[in-house]
Amino acid sequence: MAENVNTAAAPAAAKPPKKVSAASAALRQVVTDVYEAARVAKANGEPIGWSSSKFPAEIAETLGLKIVYPENQAAGIAAQKDGERMCKAAEEMGFDADICGYARISLAYANGVETTNESRRMPLPDFVLCCNNICNCMTKWYENICRMNDIPLIMIDVPYNNHVTVDDSYVEYIKGQFMDAIKQLEKISGRKWDEKKFEEVCNNANRCAQAWLKVCDYCQYKPSPLSGFDLFNHMADVVTARVKPAAAEAFEMLAKELEENVKNGESTLPFPEQHRIMFEGIPCWPDLRALFKPLKTHGLNVTAVVYAPAFGFTYSNFDEMIRAYCKAPNSVCIEQGVDWREGICRDNKVDGVLVHYNRSCKPWSGYMAEMQRRFTADLGIPCVGFDGDQADPRNFNAAQYETRVQGLVEAIEETKRAKEGRA
Amino acid sequence: MSDIITMGIDVGSTASKCIVLKNGKEIMGKALIPVGAGTSGPERVVKEIVETTGIKIEDMNYILATGYGRNSITFANQQMSELSCHAKGAHFLFPEVRTVIDIGGQDVKVMQIENGAMVNFQMNDKCAAGTGRFLDVMARVLEVKVSDLAMLGSHSTKRVAISSTCTVFAESEVISQLAQSTDKCDIINGIHHSVASRVVGLAHRVGVRDMVVMTGGVAQNAGVVKALQEELGHTIHTSPLTQYVGALGAAIFAYQKCSK
Repeated sequence: MAENVNTAAAPAAAKPPKKVSAASAALRQVVTDVYEAARVAKANGEPIGWSSSKFPAEIAETLGLKIVYPENQAAGIAAQKDGERMCKAAEEMGFDADICGYARISLAYANGVETTNESRRMPLPDFVLCCNNICNCMTKWYENICRMNDIPLIMIDVPYNNHVTVDDSYVEYIKGQFMDAIKQLEKISGRKWDEKKFEEVCNNANRCAQAWLKVCDYCQYKPSPLSGFDLFNHMADVVTARVKPAAAEAFEMLAKELEENVKNGESTLPFPEQHRIMFEGIPCWPDLRALFKPLKTHGLNVTAVVYAPAFGFTYSNFDEMIRAYCKAPNSVCIEQGVDWREGICRDNKVDGVLVHYNRSCKPWSGYMAEMQRRFTADLGIPCVGFDGDQADPRNFNAAQYETRVQGLVEAIEETKRAKEGRA
Repeated sequence: MSDIITMGIDVGSTASKCIVLKNGKEIMGKALIPVGAGTSGPERVVKEIVETTGIKIEDMNYILATGYGRNSITFANQQMSELSCHAKGAHFLFPEVRTVIDIGGQDVKVMQIENGAMVNFQMNDKCAAGTGRFLDVMARVLEVKVSDLAMLGSHSTKRVAISSTCTVFAESEVISQLAQSTDKCDIINGIHHSVASRVVGLAHRVGVRDMVVMTGGVAQNAGVVKALQEELGHTIHTSPLTQYVGALGAAIFAYQKCSK
């Protein structure tokens, strides 16, 4: 298979990372190990796979296959300011500028455009695992990767759910696909399915999810012992390594650190928390500094995010596992979506909501206007939207964002004053 | 007890405005320069207000800056968003206001007001559709002054549909209509309704409650106000001070800071 080659000028290297806690360092190492394991496997002639973020990793792990994650890779590339160049490269290949930025970065990479983000360099795939529960654009994105590389696509179709519960017929439909995926991956790996190993992998996944959800729950403290943006950073582990015991151990370590923070009245938030908000959607990875600056100026802590805990799901049997995979932020009906978010807002005691209308994510942004209306009505807090993109910096305007954040703060303060006046 | 003199300065994208207020109630002077952030506008508008009122900057008790260029006013005591300032200014002029629609040079904002304070709002997305900039571009294509759009639109006998909300596409639609010798007044009527329909979509996302007040430079265009009134189904109130509402609100906030 062809190695990746540079096809465009690369930007200058990013600044060195800040000092991190022991748990954060451990979490970083887990993700590094995932990428390294794939590189080693490839060098040893083993087949490696690219997987969508909410494909059941339990199958590949049980069969000892090494997997890496294009969504995580794209986010990492975008955060290291190499997203625009990669997006443009995909556009030069003929992909439209209006499709997902993650997809464009990934398609460019799959076509041989190398990235300056060395930590996110990954070998080209020998097979692809795709599950459309998180996004439908993914289906065509992964099909294109397969065509470019002439490799098999293992697909699990999760139907969009218009109800709050998962119908038994969905479970049967998905179970059939699981069985077929196992057969395909047995052939690719050259190994036989081992039920005992599968059980062990599921236990690891559950342990990791529990630890991750515990970490997310620390945002409920007031003031919060962590910045909500930490959750976005640590998400890489729950996406790429949730079947690995090392990820569970690192999250458990992080939970202990947060417990200490609570005891000592400390926080990873580098400024005093004055107001708490939910950040709805995926962050603008290329613009994290611009995103964070007005929050810092106004003492806003993001104590609620829906994207991060969505990857923390637990189950106790095979059917429950299938049901868990049916519930991703973009594969559930609006009633369930609103309920999830409002629950997090109440639990995490937010004063306002900042909604990212994400040019890269049409399903997410499409129903957001109605969700925003409901948050405002049901929670009685200000809810403000801004335009942006998870990976393409051309779709974000820092000056417009700043005004919207300042307006949100002013509305939060007025709402609090009004509530205090009534009390 | 001595008087409290405050100044509000609103540096928008296309104009710089100033208001000087005595004791939070009496407007002592106002000034407007038709260029905004990043130009000589802020400096010139301050110079003009000082000349008009005879009050030096250092003699003002508190100065509050708002608008896109608010952070460039280094001598201001505080900066606030134009959202809250428009809400405050509109409430000063119309105490019963519940909804404020502000169409500025490159922004459209709809604010929900409760007891005189802004509690929620919606702003346009990155697109300039429905803003003052849209009208500027259309006026240029039609070879008329922006200030004449309302008068010309009032002579329309039938409305031409301008279906594109995108400024660039709408421009080609208008050129196409001109090429077909369509009456300019009818095209202008269509343009006003195009702005109105864009704003209505935003307004419904916040919720529209009477009394509705329109602020910002575009509120001077009676054609847009009429179109918005028709599309929204609510009476829209405007003020001769419409362009100064942000600066007025800033001056009131400044007074409140001093009087605490």
